[in-house]
Amino acid sequence: MTTLDLTGLTTRPAQVWGAVRLVPLVRDEPVDDLRLRSQLYGEGAGLVEVGPRDAYVSYIPHGFVATWTGDGTPAAAYGTQLSVDGNSAPTATMGLRFHRGMARRQAKDRLRFLPMHLALEGYLALHFGGPSLAWTEWSQRAIRQGLSPRVEEAYVGAEVRGLTDALRIFEIHPGQCGVLVYVADALAAAFTVSHPDDYRALHPTLVQDLYGELIHHYATLMPPVQDFRARIPDARIRSLADLRTAVAEQEHAWTHFHDTTMLAGLLEQAYTWQTVYRMGRFTLSRFLPAFRPKQENHIGEAITDDRGRITYLKTFRLSETQVRRGHLLRKLAASDWHLADTAAELGITEAQLGLRLESAGFGYLLRQDVLDGYRKRGRTRTG
Amino acid sequence: MDSYGDLIAADDVLLFVNAAITSTGQREFHSDAGEQRLSLDFLHAYMLGNYRDLYAGVLALDINDHNAALIIRRLLETTGEATAGQRRSEGRLIACRLATLPPQRVYGLFDALRRAGVNNRRTRAIMRDWLAARPDLAFDAVKYRSGLKRALRHAHLAPATEELGAFVFAPLTREHYATPLLETWRRAHYEQAALYELPYTAAEGFAAKHGIPRDVFLERIAPRMTRLETLRLQESAHKTGTTGVQADLARMPLTRLATYVLSLPVKDRLRRRAELTHALESAAGRVAGSHQGSWGRVTAVLDDSFSTFGSVHKRRRPLAVALACHYLLAALAGNYTGLWTSGRTDALLTRPHGPTPVGRRILDALDTTPSRLVIVSDGWDNAPPGLAAEVLRIWRTRLDPGRRTSIVHLNPVYDAADFDVRRLSPTVPTAGVRDAEDLPALVELAQFAEGRTGLAELITYMDTRAARMMGGRNQERAR
Repeated sequence: MTTLDLTGLTTRPAQVWGAVRLVPLVRDEPVDDLRLRSQLYGEGAGLVEVGPRDAYVSYIPHGFVATWTGDGTPAAAYGTQLSVDGNSAPTATMGLRFHRGMARRQAKDRLRFLPMHLALEGYLALHFGGPSLAWTEWSQRAIRQGLSPRVEEAYVGAEVRGLTDALRIFEIHPGQCGVLVYVADALAAAFTVSHPDDYRALHPTLVQDLYGELIHHYATLMPPVQDFRARIPDARIRSLADLRTAVAEQEHAWTHFHDTTMLAGLLEQAYTWQTVYRMGRFTLSRFLPAFRPKQENHIGEAITDDRGRITYLKTFRLSETQVRRGHLLRKLAASDWHLADTAAELGITEAQLGLRLESAGFGYLLRQDVLDGYRKRGRTRTG
Repeated sequence: MDSYGDLIAADDVLLFVNAAITSTGQREFHSDAGEQRLSLDFLHAYMLGNYRDLYAGVLALDINDHNAALIIRRLLETTGEATAGQRRSEGRLIACRLATLPPQRVYGLFDALRRAGVNNRRTRAIMRDWLAARPDLAFDAVKYRSGLKRALRHAHLAPATEELGAFVFAPLTREHYATPLLETWRRAHYEQAALYELPYTAAEGFAAKHGIPRDVFLERIAPRMTRLETLRLQESAHKTGTTGVQADLARMPLTRLATYVLSLPVKDRLRRRAELTHALESAAGRVAGSHQGSWGRVTAVLDDSFSTFGSVHKRRRPLAVALACHYLLAALAGNYTGLWTSGRTDALLTRPHGPTPVGRRILDALDTTPSRLVIVSDGWDNAPPGLAAEVLRIWRTRLDPGRRTSIVHLNPVYDAADFDVRRLSPTVPTAGVRDAEDLPALVELAQFAEGRTGLAELITYMDTRAARMMGGRNQERAR
């Protein structure tokens, strides 16, 4: 499986508030044996320890608990499990919570994971180890420590202008299991769960999720977006039945337009998938885009069932600079971190590649004298 | 033919009337209290500056108490700008409207005038006349003590009796009051049994002072509660284990009753179905009066989407209006069909939930070939957006150009950004609604909003209403 498949989810008419457009996704049949629950850690910064040597700071709005039940029933058992879980969260000083590892088993049938975290980590750790071959151009630090610190910036949803109000006044459809968040008509996030009740519970937490800087800027700068208002040509309407047909056509027209045009950037990309965890018939995995510059690139995580259908999905849109960084790292890794080969692959000179690495924020990976040499060559060419 | 200016004037007045009916300066689903107030203040200033006569005339229409108080305040603040003739007609309208306002609002208004430093002769005269017409000033002195005190002081009035003056300005200086209520109030400071003879709000403070448990207090004060106090406190009294507070639902006003029904959990509504249905139907029957069954074939499209929750200030108000309209229309119509946007068929169990597919529901309503179609909705048509407008436009232009079906849209929510209630379609008249009880009058008013009648007719209508209001008052006096 390389692309995303949203079979089983139907698009319904969007609701607009300011620059935010929310598109509901309705599931025909809810998935009963996978239930999710939010476990709020509060709004402090979370420290996630990965391995013995480094802990990096990243904002963790909340973690989810996944619950599997054999008989596919009720929310009651699910409620009791939550209270057990409340005890298992470790208390920490200064409002920080320590999560050891990204996803780990807490009890026999529960899996705790931090929603955006998995995917963000996947992106950051793409080539976290640093150069695989110690070519002379790389600095000692790059070889010893890799790409550390692994930090990316993201905005909490409450900072995205208009999103709080848009979510508050959004009218949840019956059977709704997901939502697509557009800001200034750029897809900011896709979020789907397995069951309408879960969605209802999680809808307000969208405001505490992470959104990329692009989305934050769009929300601040863009004027309100327009509704796609229904328009019925009146020439061929002769009776109420005709009108009814025309109304159905209008509804279909929106669904078709949305799924093939507005959602194309998410659905038509091929993703690299990595399985994180398997439990029963469900698989938790995360995916990375192809890092094509100047295009939509979403990272995310998903739970798929044994038929490969998506039961849980959460995506994060990368900003242009993040895409560029991912693109460079990917190209470097493909050429075994050899600078000259990579530059040839990209069709530029070695010095240009060096300067590109620097402007992407990877200057510290190169040896100082090598970087100085690139800078000098850059100056002489322009001068 | 009306001039262009007249058309604009008629339009402005209708817009203002809609705002004055719906907005209470409180938070709504889509806008907060600040936005509502700012928007409403602008409208008041605009109307007062441009159409002073019409602005005062609006007092005779079914506008809400909040706006009536605002209009009176602004008229009194700008007395200097009015001509002698205007002052006379305004004075009469103000006096009539004050007589119908609840006393706490009037005392609030007097206090607002005091804070604004408005103390012209006309203001003092109006305060004097209103206080003179109060049936029992001793009761006001107990229940609205600070309000009465400030009003007397601000208007330079001598209290009716010397004892009342002492009670208001230096209450505990006397050993004994001759007026029984005042004497009860004095005794309530020292004697627990006395406080149960006071009005509920005054007694509540004494109960706290004496440390009386809530359930004991509610049980014994129940006979002294007003009708709406009983309704409001019934559920919380049940929670404390008191059974004495029992509202007589059959006597409650329709929209209040609908709000009460919606505040109950679904299982309570199911358990008390017969009682609640009977109460709603009899309230609706009282409102319909002699018009019962005279409206022919009526279909209503009623909004019960999530946005009808309103806000924490006006909990479920838009939904309560829709529910009240449902029962009222059922009483008015010969043959009635009510369609909820959620597709629900049991009106009693309705709750704010889901999107607003008004367009689809209007189609279903038109299928029933009604002679009258009433749409009660906040105008946020979102599934899909704009469909209701298209359906109504095509119905009006292509399928029913002869207007066999009369369509009216009633909107309980003021849209602060647009300075009006939100319209579904320009082809269908929209009127604001606050209480379902006003529905017949509003349907009358909505004809003006269709743009087929001009300013002259509108002024005639408002004059008729003003005459009716004053006539009603004179009759009351004669009795």
